[in-house]
Amino acid sequence: MTAAGAMAANTAGSVLRLPGSGVDDVRAQVLSNERVNDTYNLLVVAAPGPASRAVAGQFFHLQCPTTDRDAPYLRRPMSTYRAEPQSGVVEFLYKVNGAGTRGLASLEAGDYLSMLGPLGVGFALEPDWRHIVVLGRGVGLATLAPLAEMAAARNIGVTAVISARDQDQVLSVPRFADIGAHVEIVLDSDGSSSVDNVERLLRRCHAEGHADAFFTCGSNRLMLLMQRLGDELGIAGQVAMEQQMACGLGMCHCCVRDFRVAGETVSRRVCWDGPVFALAEATSW
Amino acid sequence: MVDMGVQIGGLALANPVMPASGTFAEGLADVVDFNRLGAMVTKTITAELRSGNRVPRVAEISNGLLNSIGIPSKGLDYFLSETLPFYRQFESPLVVSISAPTADAFAELAGRLQLPGIAAIEANISCPNIEEDGHAFAMSASSTSQVMRKLRAASSLPLWAKLTPNTGDVVAVARAAEDAGADALVVANTILAMSIDTETRRPTLGNIMGGLSGPAVKPIIVRMTYQCARAVTIPVIGCGGIADANDAVEFMLAGASAVQVGTATFVQPHAMTQVIDGLAAYCARKGVDRVADLTGAVSDAGLRLGDSEILP
Repeated sequence: MTAAGAMAANTAGSVLRLPGSGVDDVRAQVLSNERVNDTYNLLVVAAPGPASRAVAGQFFHLQCPTTDRDAPYLRRPMSTYRAEPQSGVVEFLYKVNGAGTRGLASLEAGDYLSMLGPLGVGFALEPDWRHIVVLGRGVGLATLAPLAEMAAARNIGVTAVISARDQDQVLSVPRFADIGAHVEIVLDSDGSSSVDNVERLLRRCHAEGHADAFFTCGSNRLMLLMQRLGDELGIAGQVAMEQQMACGLGMCHCCVRDFRVAGETVSRRVCWDGPVFALAEATSW
Repeated sequence: MVDMGVQIGGLALANPVMPASGTFAEGLADVVDFNRLGAMVTKTITAELRSGNRVPRVAEISNGLLNSIGIPSKGLDYFLSETLPFYRQFESPLVVSISAPTADAFAELAGRLQLPGIAAIEANISCPNIEEDGHAFAMSASSTSQVMRKLRAASSLPLWAKLTPNTGDVVAVARAAEDAGADALVVANTILAMSIDTETRRPTLGNIMGGLSGPAVKPIIVRMTYQCARAVTIPVIGCGGIADANDAVEFMLAGASAVQVGTATFVQPHAMTQVIDGLAAYCARKGVDRVADLTGAVSDAGLRLGDSEILP
């Protein structure tokens, strides 16, 4: 896209987009595609162009292969788990739960995958933030891991609160630990993932001066908690959201969600206005 | 070199490929060069603000999808101040798709769009998602005639009528639109449809019913294009499940003068430019000098509709 086109697009939408956002549909070669635990698979592809352009929180629209069982017609949006400019590698962490992800799971090293992106609005870090708190559950952690790395690269400290059903479902701890994040694991199996306990953890972060901003993904319950605390304590926040999607480019208006803006309900497209939104404006899903 | 130009009423297009309304917006300019398109067609606008239908608004089916978007619209003022200036920076002619609740409101909106940078009006008299039970003007010849006459009186721009497949007699509707002054027909909008999740027993769409599009509808709309093109003298623009150049050729052979690519763009963002390149390649391979020569060039000589022998 031309710079002029991108600038004009800025005036047309509510979202700031950089000129030459570099969205393209590329054929990426699969490097590996393996299970990481009972529930999640990790897809690693070589996509040098997109790998150097993707920002934490952005997503790709993947054309999922047809299998003996399924012929997924639409692409599937998948948030970026890792995008490494140096190696040209892009990773996706996904749970197999439908025709699209069953198709993805059938990919083998050497296969090719069409991926459109990077798409959407990613996370933004303010220059005066010194320490952030990320709170995620399930595959939502896939979206937050690159955010933690982006923060670390800017010398922003990270506390990662990782919620899961049980210890076997805990994801991404090494990703957070490697950048020196303080990691708190809370589980359904021992009751530590209760809203009350997570609230205590978040309040402690705030009391210790480690909560300049809140970030969350993957749980409505945890989003509402963070939103309430953020409002009470005056902490800015961002939430990455999901919605059933068709085009991925803001054209079809399928993936809308409601937001509360200045007392009014506003409909926004997850693919184009998000998927990262201001936490204070999000509504329950 | 194949001459790719086509004439749609008074409007000359550099090639016969354009987007279907609702499957095209500013975001695609990140991926596709809009100056390559025969025309640009906006998402349907309305004069009033509309929030659209409840989610889920999309459901995947075999080879296609159901949608019930419900024409969310930021209104005419937003269109004029934000959307129109965006499209004005491109050379391809801009076709503005419009909708309104009444024939008078349709005419009023069309009258306010006689502006530089707008090359034609596409009257979306066929959206299945905004009236109760999927009703639309283009379901009957009389309501089509009524709304198109008022539109014709209100605007001197080329006027395209987008028809619906959800009618028992598309030929009568096509003739009514032509008689009322339409410069071209777009055949057609989505097919009213429904699907149910058998696990949850819930309709897959928040609106219960929605419009079916994608490759699954193509043979039905090819048939309607063939019927309409034989019944009217104005150009027909084919729209229904076109995903590649071969599909576009099929529609043109059936009688279409141009084609709209819609749902395919959701799957392959470059679908429109691939169709343009593929059409040129087809013409070159077949020795066709002008792409317009494909229009109505189906070899149906010696075949007759309903020509079956009644056995004793």
